[in-house]
Amino acid sequence: MTTVLIPSSTAPTPRAPGLVRRVADVAALTWRNLVHIAREPLQLSDVTVQPVLFTLLFVYVFGAGVVLPGGGTYADFAIAGLLALNLTTSSMGTAVGMSSDMNSGVIDRFRTLPMWRPAVLVGRSFADLMTAVICAGIVGITGYVIGWRPGGGILATLGGFGLFLLFSYGLSWGCACLGMVSKGPESAQGVGLLILFPLAVVSNALVPTQRMPTVLRAVANWNPVSAVCSAARQLWHNPNPSSSVQAWPMQHPVAASLLWSVVLIGVFAPLATVLYRRRTVG
Amino acid sequence: MREGAAIYAEGLTKRYGETQALAGIDLEVPTGTILAVLGPNGAGKTTAVRILTTLATPDSGQAWVAGHDVVREATAVQRSIGVTAQDATVDELLTGRQNLVMIGRLSGLRRKDAAARATELLEQFGLSDAADRILTGYSGGMRRRLDLAAGLVTRPPVLFLDEPTTGLDPSSRLRMWDVIRELVTGGVTLLLTTQYLDEADELADRIIVIDHGKVIANGTSGELKADTGGARLEVTLAAPAPGAVAALSPFVTGEIHTSHDGRRLRAPVRSESGLATKVVRGLDDAGIAVDDVEVQQPSLDDVFFALTGHPTEEAPEDVSADELEPLAQAEVVR
Repeated sequence: MTTVLIPSSTAPTPRAPGLVRRVADVAALTWRNLVHIAREPLQLSDVTVQPVLFTLLFVYVFGAGVVLPGGGTYADFAIAGLLALNLTTSSMGTAVGMSSDMNSGVIDRFRTLPMWRPAVLVGRSFADLMTAVICAGIVGITGYVIGWRPGGGILATLGGFGLFLLFSYGLSWGCACLGMVSKGPESAQGVGLLILFPLAVVSNALVPTQRMPTVLRAVANWNPVSAVCSAARQLWHNPNPSSSVQAWPMQHPVAASLLWSVVLIGVFAPLATVLYRRRTVG
Repeated sequence: MREGAAIYAEGLTKRYGETQALAGIDLEVPTGTILAVLGPNGAGKTTAVRILTTLATPDSGQAWVAGHDVVREATAVQRSIGVTAQDATVDELLTGRQNLVMIGRLSGLRRKDAAARATELLEQFGLSDAADRILTGYSGGMRRRLDLAAGLVTRPPVLFLDEPTTGLDPSSRLRMWDVIRELVTGGVTLLLTTQYLDEADELADRIIVIDHGKVIANGTSGELKADTGGARLEVTLAAPAPGAVAALSPFVTGEIHTSHDGRRLRAPVRSESGLATKVVRGLDDAGIAVDDVEVQQPSLDDVFFALTGHPTEEAPEDVSADELEPLAQAEVVR
């Protein structure tokens, strides 16, 4: 046993600190968080079962009652909204995961390792981005099966998904902050739901905003989720009733959604770093 | 910093809110030796370890580990240490192997090296069969062993074990002792904290006793025991015998007390192996029949009582239970 335990000249040498080392740290933690998601039935279903279920439910139940101003099928209209709904609610997993980590001894272990400190946060955000890709892919495929057709060509289609993923990435940084300020995983989930569900629903994601009460309509038209949905509908040549709304984000949805995402990342990524440092200072 | 000391600290203080967790700790662990930090719950052991392992910063005082300042050169310290904390710091949702590979990679090992090292450690710690099981299926003892293995991935020259056997059943505890003993024969420097005198006695070269954030004793286990009156001998005779005191006096280090019925004799003794046998033989030679001979080793409670005048678990008379509560919490503050 001793030969294994004592410092030995034949021991593999660790990589020197530097960019390669940082990338390796981020990769190791991204992998760890993906394993977590795969092993947590609730989180896994958030990105696999739920997207299929929501897509079918909303298209067939809501679709039966919603008449779109300007025409078009509800399926064509709804897929962008369902991407928003699924990605927004599944980003709660970030808050829950971050909070569990902060309340377990594993963060202490990471802190005694000679690793790149921000890798804990960056690794989480990358894992979330990958699950968002899976989630978005499942919504897209389910939508395609039930008749959704993007009409702007390959690049525009990918561009629409890209806007969703960028927005989802920004949200996950916000959720990481929430995870660090909340008392535990349960409260992170509770507060997360209170913020994210209205964010997804008070928007043009699932129904056109035109017939909403005045205050709600103003909120919905400026909601970042509406901007992303409108942008995707525009790129995909899908029905986009919001194009006739005079609010600036609805007139310039692509620019607005990019702007919102950049703001989210620009505010919450540095904030998460500060919160993480504060939570882990001895 | 002191030449030849793998761990050296002077005047460490740390306050958590109202609680003075450390009130000026000095310690020194020469390279290749084992120091046990002995003390009751809330004495400040964990706080000291957290400072030395870069998890906490001291309010005042300085410390060096493997020649590096724990505050200003934290990363250099992290490269030289292995840590096994009191509460499990392994990932519950990963398998044993995945945990060790992840730690290897986060320590800078390449994927292949990390995998090879994980296999090696799992084998060494008797975890090969459970290697690919998720930790929720591990027993407490297995988890502790994995946690210890996790601290050894990069073969660090300096190790910190915070209460490595607290909460383990007796057989897991003995197994852990074996693992630790084998570890240190390889020349690593080890600082371990414990609440058990026998554990410190069994494993350490030197012991410091801390209480309320201060070092109250410092020495080898023999010195500490001598300071605290050593072991106690209790002899029960078949019948009262006038010659018993004279027959016992060569073995004892203090006054011999005789009970009212004259059958029970008690006296402090220096702990040594085979003492009970020698006592029986001595009494037998004097023609005295013996019912029972018992040598009681001093416990942490005895050491504490001798050093502080108050027992470990109960509140000292001048401090109310309410005031003592935050001390117990100091160990879990992060």
